[in-house]
Order: sequence, then C-alpha cells, then structure tokens
Amino acid sequence: MNETPLPFFAAGNDPGASFVDLLRRVSPEPAPGVPAGVPTAPGALPFEITHATTVVAIRYADGVVMAGDRRATAGSLIASRRIEKVFPADDFSGVAIAGAAGFAVELVRLFQVQLEHYEKIEGEPLSLEGKANQLAGMVRANLPAAMQGFVVVPLFAGFDERRQIGRVFSYDATGGKYEEADFQATGSGGIHARNWIKAQWREDMPRDDAVDLSLRALFAAADEDSATGGPDLVRRIFPVVATIDANGYERLSDDEVGTRSEAQLGGREEGAGL
Amino acid sequence: MSMPFYVSPEQVMKDRADYARKGIARGRSLVAFSTTDGIVIVAENPSRTLYKVSEIYDHIAFAGVGKYNEFEMLRIAGVRQADVKGYSFAREDVNARSLANAYAQTLGQVFTHEMKPYEVEILVAQVADDQDRDELFHILYDGTVMDEQGFTVLGGQAESINDSTREQYRDDLDRAGAVKLGAKVLAADGEPLGAAQLEVAMLVRARVRRAFQRIRGDELTALLNS
Repeated sequence: MNETPLPFFAAGNDPGASFVDLLRRVSPEPAPGVPAGVPTAPGALPFEITHATTVVAIRYADGVVMAGDRRATAGSLIASRRIEKVFPADDFSGVAIAGAAGFAVELVRLFQVQLEHYEKIEGEPLSLEGKANQLAGMVRANLPAAMQGFVVVPLFAGFDERRQIGRVFSYDATGGKYEEADFQATGSGGIHARNWIKAQWREDMPRDDAVDLSLRALFAAADEDSATGGPDLVRRIFPVVATIDANGYERLSDDEVGTRSEAQLGGREEGAGL
Repeated sequence: MSMPFYVSPEQVMKDRADYARKGIARGRSLVAFSTTDGIVIVAENPSRTLYKVSEIYDHIAFAGVGKYNEFEMLRIAGVRQADVKGYSFAREDVNARSLANAYAQTLGQVFTHEMKPYEVEILVAQVADDQDRDELFHILYDGTVMDEQGFTVLGGQAESINDSTREQYRDDLDRAGAVKLGAKVLAADGEPLGAAQLEVAMLVRARVRRAFQRIRGDELTALLNS
C-alpha cells in the first residue's frame, strides 16, 4: 500500500481552515506564483502571454448578474474564441476574471477550493464579506507577479444571505478590495462597458433587464475594444452570463443568451452604428 | 537494574483492543444504507452542532462513533487529504478506497505504536451513479477495513443492531424508508427515535458535484412520519 499518509500537524503548525496554508505545508513545490528567473521588467518577456478581457457585474432587484465576453488575446492574436471568465465561487457567489489568463484561472481554482475547504472544515460557509476578503488576500499574494506584468484583477459578486441583497466587489492589482454600490466592469473594454451600464442602470431592475444590460455593455465594449469579443453568430458563441440570487448561482443557457443577443442585434442599433 | 515484567504481544494487543472497544461501546451507534436515492446515514446524536456525519468530498462522506475529538481529527485530516488531491490532480481522482486505506494505516499505526489506541470506528462512504457500485468502508480502531455491501452499522451495540437491520434492509429502499428504518433499528427499547435524537445526512445520487446534504428540522420530521 503506497497511499499518501494523512496530513496531521502539530498544534503550532496547524493551517486551520486555510487551504493555501495547507498547500504550503504539504506540497514540496512552491505556492502558485512567478518562478525565479522570470524577467522583472514589464514587456521584457520573450513571448506574448494570454489575456482575458472584459467582465461586468450588475446588481438588480433580486441579486447580481455577472457576464464576460469569450475572447482571450495574446498580443494582437486571438488566443481563444471561447474562453470562460465567469465562474461560480460557491453556491452563492461568483468570480469573474480579467488580466493574465494563466494566473487568473489558477487563482479562481484556488479560490473555489478555499471556500469549499473552509466550509467543510468549519462546518458552515464564510460570510460574503469574508469570501471577498479571502479573494483580496489571494490577489495581493499575486503582487510580485503583477509587478512583472502578470496583473490579475477579478470581480467578485454574490448574494448576501444575511442581508438578503446582491453585492459587488472590485479589486486592484495590490489586493485592494472596493465594494461597488451598484455595478462594475473591468478588463481592457471595462471602461466602455461601465459607461454603457452607467447610462442605463436603474434601482431595482428586474432580472431580464439586468441580463440584457450586461449583454449590451459587453457589446459596447466589443465595439470599441479589439481585445473584447462580440457575440459570434456564425459559430454560435455567446457571452457567459450568470445570475446569483436567493436560489444561488445559475448560469444562463447558451440558448437564452443567444436569443437575447440576437434580439438586441435585431433591434435599434444603439452603439453598433456609432 | 530492574527487569521489566514480560507481557506477551497477544496480551498487549488484547488489552489495547479491550480498551478501545470499551470506549466505543460508551457512545451511541450509527447506521448507513445504500438506497435508490443515494447513501443515507442515520446516527443517534442529540447534539445539533457536534456532528458525527460530515462531508469529505463531492461523493464521499465521513461518519465516526466513539471519542468525538479523535474522529473529528481524522475527519479534518481526510478533508485536507481529499482537497489537496483534488486540487493537485482532478476532482474525479479523489476516491473513497484510497482515503479508507490512508485511515486504516493511521489507525493501525496508532493502535500498535502509541500509548493508547483511538477509541473510534469510522465509515467512509462513496455514492456512485448506479447503486451496485456504492461503497461503504467500515474501519475499526485497529485499522481493520471492511468493505460492506448494502448497509453497515458502527458503534457499541453494532451486533444487535446489525441483526435487526439484516432482517429488514432491502436494496430497493428509498430515502424515507431508510430514515425510518434507521430510527427503528437504532432505538434500544423498540420505540423509534424521534427527530430530536437523530442526525441524518445523505449523499444524493442525482447530484453531479457536491452530493452531501443534511436532512434536519421539518424535512426530517416529515420523512419520519411519512
């Protein structure tokens, strides 16, 4: 029998409910980050790295909607037409990523395990604020990589079960956590998406309006920003859209997103014709 | 120089086993069934917060009887083992058999090398897509592993409960049937246990990811009365 022995720790060395600390103790490899020897100046890399671009989060009457386009770029090339940037963090929260895709996808994976690990060890889930703070710590741990050009800036949103409202948090590269009142967009096309949402957002929007607004905002971003992909009607690739409300995280079906995207294209060509 | 008294290895092992069994017999028992809806675990436990049954991973649950702090320590080690493995490889690479082996090794080591053996019996259960492949690993205080079919009973009164369960268990039981059977066989004096004395949890077969679910409060009462 060559099973890995169970991990036990002395009282002073116990990682508690932190999965990241646990990984550091059991794994001989260093924790995720930039390996030694990687050039330190931004732009000094001998290759283009993959970037994920525009994501948005919008608060509405019952919760939050999160959406992200499907394009990843490496320099001026399209690295992927169908990358996903919006993920469930747990049953009642989601995380959307923009920035260096390799680090961002790993960050999400670690964050998902961390939330589940905490819940299992402690017997109850973290509060929404607690989850947002955990993510801040992870973004901050990526700061050395950010200094070398691998910036990861996630959006975090969820349904606060204690307060019964949707909440949106944004981050900067240093791990700064900022709670947004109503909506936020980040990534290379974020500024265009945010302006579009700002003009159209209303308090207590119904779900369908919020979903349509998120698609509209991504469309506006794709219109102005070459790194953001619009709805691909030929290949039937549409943004990833998810809602988080009292019933939890739910990803909208491709059919629904496709129908809504097409309805918008067929309507008055706001934004598209500018 | 004084000579230590000679004690035969048989006697040492027997003393240790008796010690562990006595500790386990003081606690309350639990029973696990493989049903059409998934694996249902029913424990006699008046506490609302100190659980005997818990989630380890997507399709794996843990249950322990005996000394709470000892099986709680084993549970946490199991969660850590599973989460690290799932993160390093893939979620589907985490399985009950490997975890049961790791538990067996730990318990076996402690039984032979430490001052006192653990006073626990534990269960590692894994629900599968079809009922024939459900797994119930029953692990004793000395590291003995038993791969049980259909149902298993842990705890001090296991033998008598085992007999009555064997007579009444059928593999076409559903969730409600298993909860009621559990409440019946765990009762010492014939009157089935009520919701206040039971801790019930199940691994739901139909779920793709985290299958573990607690059944409590009104939902449990309704099942017991169905």
